[in-house]
Amino acid sequence: MPTAFADVTASDSTLRRFLHGLPGVDAVGLEARAASLGTRSIKTTAKAYAIDLAISMIDLTTLEGADTPGKVRALGAKAVNPDPTDRKTPRTAAVCVYPDMVATAKEAVGASGVKVASVATAFPAGRAAIEVKLGDVREAVAAGADEIDMVIDRGAFLAGDYMTVFEQIRAVKEACGTARLKVIFETGELSTYDNIKRASWIGMIAGADFIKTSTGKVGVNATPANTLLMLEAVRDFRAQTGVQIGVKPAGGIRSTKDAVKFLVLVNETAGPDWLDNHWFRFGASSLLNDLLMQRQKLATGRYSGPDYVTVD
Amino acid sequence: MSDRLTVFKTYKLYVGGKFPRSESGRVYEVTDSKGKWLANAPLSSRKDARDAVVAARKAFGGWSGATAYNRGQVLYRVAEMLEGRKDQFVREVADAEGISKSKAAVQVDAAIDRWVWYAGWTDKIAQVVGGANPVAGPFFNLSTPEPTGVVAVVAPQESSFLGLVSVIAPVIATGSTAVVIASEKSPLPALSLGEVLATSDVPGGVVNILTGKTAEIAAPLAAHQDVNAIDLTGAEAELARDLEIAAADNLKRVFRPQPVDWSADPGTHRLTACLETKTVWHPTGSLGASGSAY
Repeated sequence: MPTAFADVTASDSTLRRFLHGLPGVDAVGLEARAASLGTRSIKTTAKAYAIDLAISMIDLTTLEGADTPGKVRALGAKAVNPDPTDRKTPRTAAVCVYPDMVATAKEAVGASGVKVASVATAFPAGRAAIEVKLGDVREAVAAGADEIDMVIDRGAFLAGDYMTVFEQIRAVKEACGTARLKVIFETGELSTYDNIKRASWIGMIAGADFIKTSTGKVGVNATPANTLLMLEAVRDFRAQTGVQIGVKPAGGIRSTKDAVKFLVLVNETAGPDWLDNHWFRFGASSLLNDLLMQRQKLATGRYSGPDYVTVD
Repeated sequence: MSDRLTVFKTYKLYVGGKFPRSESGRVYEVTDSKGKWLANAPLSSRKDARDAVVAARKAFGGWSGATAYNRGQVLYRVAEMLEGRKDQFVREVADAEGISKSKAAVQVDAAIDRWVWYAGWTDKIAQVVGGANPVAGPFFNLSTPEPTGVVAVVAPQESSFLGLVSVIAPVIATGSTAVVIASEKSPLPALSLGEVLATSDVPGGVVNILTGKTAEIAAPLAAHQDVNAIDLTGAEAELARDLEIAAADNLKRVFRPQPVDWSADPGTHRLTACLETKTVWHPTGSLGASGSAY
């Protein structure tokens, strides 16, 4: 934790005073800004660059109750070699699975450099005792997870108990060891942009390596506006502390067009330093297929179809 | 009372059950046979073609999975709607083809009858082109026709309504979905047909109607990897050849252009052009003393 914030986190009331003292978010302005950046037309070589960059930023995700070792192995194979017809296709950044599938995923990606991320801390609701959550994290790390995606306790956050949220993130960060920690706020459940901003700051101060919009399990997931807000937060945090933190929008990003819009947001808000899969990720499952189809279109000039990508 | 101003109609595309303008925002002037301006029609781009294929693919599962009987009922409903808007189609066909109202009425009547004729085929074609095959072995061997998928249709250039109906109806009767490029010169009856389909029970995306330059829209459709067949009826010889070459890449079914008398009995070859045959072999052993396989 940056020392600058030691006094902020000294007590419940100082933390509250700090979070409520953050400038309020102009919701109309934020949405208008996000929408206007989404109108950029990205074509030809810039589009090809954006598609490859987006593929390399994907956390290829399967988080279903029905996940089998076979499905996770298939996902791992796809992450390592997304388009078998074109070996120049970049690998995805990571595969993202439940903790009990980490070992299988690790085996599937092998030494390819694709990371294994695991959701933990009683994903997606986060409704469990802290010991259970930490056990969940340790299990995933012990199985070889390179990255941990935790969910914050939205109940505590919405009840105004910011200190609990902060302490839990810190405890999980400690349990992660060398694994990078992504903190999921579930922005759809936080109701207001001000809350998203406060959650971002709690996460960043508590030592998150990434802040992430959502689990993908609720009605409202990543939107351009809430991602823009989080990008502004990491930009401001680096300006204040020198510490760079990543951002991961997740859920609901299905088309190449959407993905490119997010990349524009990143470039225009946080800056080109974040245009790298170490600092920006997409949590997605169906997005990869659309990116691959667009990539094939650019390469051949012919529109591709779902018959030419794998069915996950 | 002062003379009222006529309300001009904005003709729009019919894609995915909606009426979008062209993504490109372009339009072109449609004139009657004497060169008098009739309306502006959307000048579709290749992106419109792609959107139409996506819509058609999305609709394919539901439409091909519907029972043949149900498809027949839906198509018959379209004929009912056409009957109700006959006057409009007579006027549009008369303008488009430069023929008298009475001759246009004959064309429109024939088109509606053609539609009903194809509606009747939906639950009969399987018996005609499928069935049990005698094979030299103890197998029950059954062939059944299945819709091929998304079909791109280059509608005839001259017969703006009867010809159009004659190429769309067989595609959807058998359970495929269609992306139709209307006659370049006379697209208005096709766009009005879209309005009829939207108010029938045809699910959105089963028929998608594009207008504009035939060559410009047909090229991306012919090369599109997610289009399963292409009907080149309305493409002139040189264009048809180029399209057929582009279509070869993913082994599309190609229906070559040929001279057609649209008023004649159409036969079933357009129905079968969009069908794939699936054959099932089921081992039976020999049955009974006769040794018959089935």
